[in-house]
Formats: sequence, C-alpha cells, structure tokens
Amino acid sequence: MSLALQTFSTVKDANAALQAAGTRYLGGGTLVIRAANEGDVSVSSLVRVTDPGLSRIAVSGGKVQLGASVTMAAIARHPELVALAPAARAVGGPAIRNMATVGGNLFAPAPYGDFAVALLALDATVVTEDGELPIETFLAGRDVGRAIVTGVGFALPKAESFRFLKVSRVKPKGVSVLSIAALLELAADGTVSSARIALGCMADRPIRATPAEKALLGCKLTPREIAPALAAAGEGIAPITDPIASAWYRAEVLPVHLGRLLLG
Amino acid sequence: MAKVPVEFTLNGLETAEFVESGTTLLNALRDKIGDTSPKGGCHQGTCGACSVIIDGELRLSCLTLAETCGGADIKTTAGLAEGGVLHPLQRAFLDAFATQCGFCTPGMIMAAKVLLDRTPNPSREDVVEALSGNICRCTGYEPIIQAVLTAARANSQNAA
Repeated sequence: MSLALQTFSTVKDANAALQAAGTRYLGGGTLVIRAANEGDVSVSSLVRVTDPGLSRIAVSGGKVQLGASVTMAAIARHPELVALAPAARAVGGPAIRNMATVGGNLFAPAPYGDFAVALLALDATVVTEDGELPIETFLAGRDVGRAIVTGVGFALPKAESFRFLKVSRVKPKGVSVLSIAALLELAADGTVSSARIALGCMADRPIRATPAEKALLGCKLTPREIAPALAAAGEGIAPITDPIASAWYRAEVLPVHLGRLLLG
Repeated sequence: MAKVPVEFTLNGLETAEFVESGTTLLNALRDKIGDTSPKGGCHQGTCGACSVIIDGELRLSCLTLAETCGGADIKTTAGLAEGGVLHPLQRAFLDAFATQCGFCTPGMIMAAKVLLDRTPNPSREDVVEALSGNICRCTGYEPIIQAVLTAARANSQNAA
C-alpha cells in the first residue's frame, strides 16, 4: 500500500490537510513509518512541514524553547542543554536519535516516550497553533488532539536539581522497563522544598507521581526519610505489560529505582 | 498512485528514480536503484540493518521516505570500496571474523564509519555506544567491537 506524502512550508497549511481522515503527521518517521511498515492501514496519507523554525533550539534567560522537529541527537549535543542530555540519550540508538523528534516523543506510547517523561517533570508547555497547553493537559488529550505540536517550552533546570533514570534490560540501549525524571529543589538545610516526579511505563503515557512528591516535601534525601515517598510511589499507577516486563514487575521495582534516583 | 521523482547523490553518483509516494528509502535503494547493501531486518527501527549515512548522519532507511531525501548525500556500504580495495572497516571486519551470516554487517559498518569519521581514536565505550542501535545475532558483538578498534588503529597509522 502506498502512502501519499504532502509537504507544506507552513504549519497552518499542514494543520488544514491533517484534518482529512487517515492522515498523520510525519516528523522523524520513527513512529508513523514504523506503524505503516507494521501494516497499520489507518495511515493512508502523511503531511510534513519544512519550516526550519521547527528545528530551532533557543535558550535565553533561563528559558528553553525546543521546536517540535528538534531531534534527540541535537539536544544531546547542545552545550546549554547538558542537564537534559541523559534523557535525550535514553531514546533509541544513534540512528534513532538522529531522527526521533521532541514532538514525536510526546505522542510515543509506553514503553517509548522517555524524553516526554523528562518534559513532564520539567512542567513543560506544549505549543500548537491553537495556543499553549500545560504538558499534563496535553498528554491527557493527545489521542484526540489534531493540531500539530510546534514546540515545547520550559525553564532550564539546574544540573543538580534535575535527575533522570531509565531502566532497561539491555545495555547501553534497550526499551524501558521504566523511566523516572525528578525536578527537586533543596532548602539550605538539605530538605526537599519542592518535588516534581514523572514516571514512564507506569501508564500508557507519562504520569506524575503526585503522592510520592507530597511525601518527599520536608524530607532529607536519606534512606530513612525518603521511605514514605517510596512507599507512596505506587499509588495511582497502572503499569503496562509488554514483552519487556509485566505490570507486576514494573510496580515491584519502581520504588527500588526511585530510591536509587533520589539517593544517587 | 502517482509516482514521484527523487534525486540524490548515492555514494558520490547523481541518482534519480521515480518511486511510488510513501516508498521507504530502503525499498527505493534495494528494489529500484539496485543497491542491496542496506538490509531490511525489522522495518521497525529496532535492528539497524538498514542503516545508511544521510548528509553525514546515521539514519534508518526503513523509516525514511525516499521522497524526503531530495538533494541529500547518501552513503551506503556498497560505496566504501575504492578501485577494488576494501575500506579499512571492511578489511577489519573480514580479518576479525566480525561477519558470520553478514546480514547486520552493512549497518554495523555504516554506524562504525560515522563514529570513525568524527572520533578517529574511539574508546571501547565509544564503539559500544555507536553500535548500540545495531543488532547482531551471530557474533556476540566482541569481534565487531574489535574490528572497529582495529580499523581505527589502521586509519591512524595510515594518517601518521
């Protein structure tokens, strides 16, 4: 079966074409061409946008704007995005990272979408032609939204306040058993003053670990003080089952890896 | 379905072909242009057997549409040997028994070439990372890693 590809110079025109049934947006191709190769007959037509602005990375005044077509490789090598490099490098192998985009990662179903887990912890804003959405709102409605994502924005985290961990069975590159991103602010006395933790593979899309975040407030990052947060990590999760791991296994090991991330 | 023209440079040669819209670069190279060095393994972006170099970057030809490659500079393993003399990576893969069934080899060599083009003297960890998107079911990887390290040494000796 052949796929009709339409190329546009503006997002506006592509958004109009995307409303047709069976039409999907082509970014790096690692999701939609994969689906087509697998025989997904719901994809009959593709649209893409050549606007170079979609590949722009802008860092200024502590704010980061990533165009939707920015690749994982571009993030991993950007000198001002060192804090995000581990999350970008967690995606695929070198060839995939040269293709996979920020925009696509927001739509990648678990066990994929490790970079979106990082963006959720960073409280990113997702930009479309319709306006800006908090990433949590975006992720909740991503299956029904039809507007092309043009970029994401977030405050650049200090390297020491942002932590990312991906667990996979194959090193150095493998599919996620789970991934965790945490944005932690510590007070002068070493206690946690704010915490935002995002989990991958604990649902069909990235989710917040809100009970664990609350339990961490006021705690020092010691094994004893974080124990309540680790106990709360499993509240509200519905891990996926796939050939990599069962839901049961993922739920069992989540507190172990969250503990390592917090204490590491 | 209307056919679309694609033009790019393949291993230094201007190449033009008509393909059906939606044809992957892998299928265009193998079935239309006749370069069968990239292999179709998983068609899912998992195995790396279809790896080619597009504008200096490693890409998966199974997930790239041919019609998005207009004007690109594409390199495959078929273009490495010069005048019947194997590229140092090809020589090293043969000498180190880094090829058994051979299906992963062209992808491995493309991934290794990108590494050596940027990092002439890679560490073992660099090699492992560079090959991490390429699956081999025969060799256990060690001969491949050794072949890439050997080719890097051969390159640096030639350059000296």
